[in-house]
Amino acid sequence: MAKKTALLGMLVALAFVLSYIETLIPVNLGIPGAKLGLANLVVMVALYTLGTKEAFALSMVRILLTGLTFSSMAAMLYSFAGGLLSFAVMYLAKRSKLFSAAGVSVLGGISHNAGQIFVAMWVLDTATLIYYLPVLAITGIASGTVIGLLAVMVIRRVSGMINRWD
Amino acid sequence: MKKIFQMKEPSQKEAGAQDGKALHIRKNDWLLIAVLLVAAAGIYVAIQYYQKVSTKNAVAVVTVDGVEYGRYPLSEDHTETIRFEDGSYNRFAIQDGYVSMPEASCPDQICVHHSRISRNKETIVCLPDKVVITIENGEDSGIDVLQH
Repeated sequence: MAKKTALLGMLVALAFVLSYIETLIPVNLGIPGAKLGLANLVVMVALYTLGTKEAFALSMVRILLTGLTFSSMAAMLYSFAGGLLSFAVMYLAKRSKLFSAAGVSVLGGISHNAGQIFVAMWVLDTATLIYYLPVLAITGIASGTVIGLLAVMVIRRVSGMINRWD
Repeated sequence: MKKIFQMKEPSQKEAGAQDGKALHIRKNDWLLIAVLLVAAAGIYVAIQYYQKVSTKNAVAVVTVDGVEYGRYPLSEDHTETIRFEDGSYNRFAIQDGYVSMPEASCPDQICVHHSRISRNKETIVCLPDKVVITIENGEDSGIDVLQH
């Protein structure tokens, strides 16, 4: 248990650092809101190795930390919406056992974007923002695929070690 | 290097306790990606088409000192220069469904620096020359609500 807690703390730190690194990479495709989602790689690893509760806690703490340090309260609201929706979708997708971790990550990426758009529609009271969803969805699919393939490779190598610790 | 590969074997077996297939990329994954991509691209094209149709009837109404100077449909590219008796002028251009004012003789150049407009009730104003360009019958702007 103590080892698991320590590991979770390390993963939070890792996700936190990856979020920071992502702010340093200028991914300027002319599409605001499009990003790689490196931190989701850590959430994926936690979801497949530690468990649902742990991965959820990791995701929420990560958003709280990055929100307080790198962005505004408003941006944090968007992050929470994206984070909550994508986690719910990823959890259900994993449970359905229809897809591998790669597919789960793709669904997570796309639902992260959808969650942010929904909040933007609510905050700005503008339904027309939904027109923006397909564009953002395509970037979400692309980044979700990349992160998903990476996650499969990482989980394969890491899960054995983690399970042996228990 | 060898060690890493040796680690792969037991780790896969142990992960299999949760879901044996979770770590093997399957046909389902590629199918999911393909379906989502096609759906997103399809919806995107449909929206682009719909927006084109809905802005087909939009016109740029140009007024000078409160008097209507002319109406120009956004669907046709058009450039015109409004000249005044004192030698000042405003040139406006309609291109790709957007109106902009690329050149004007006014001292502040606010109208020239204004972003191009295309949506209903968006305006470019040149106060010194009393020129106002307003879009009518266009698609409603999503920004208005925020400004309120």
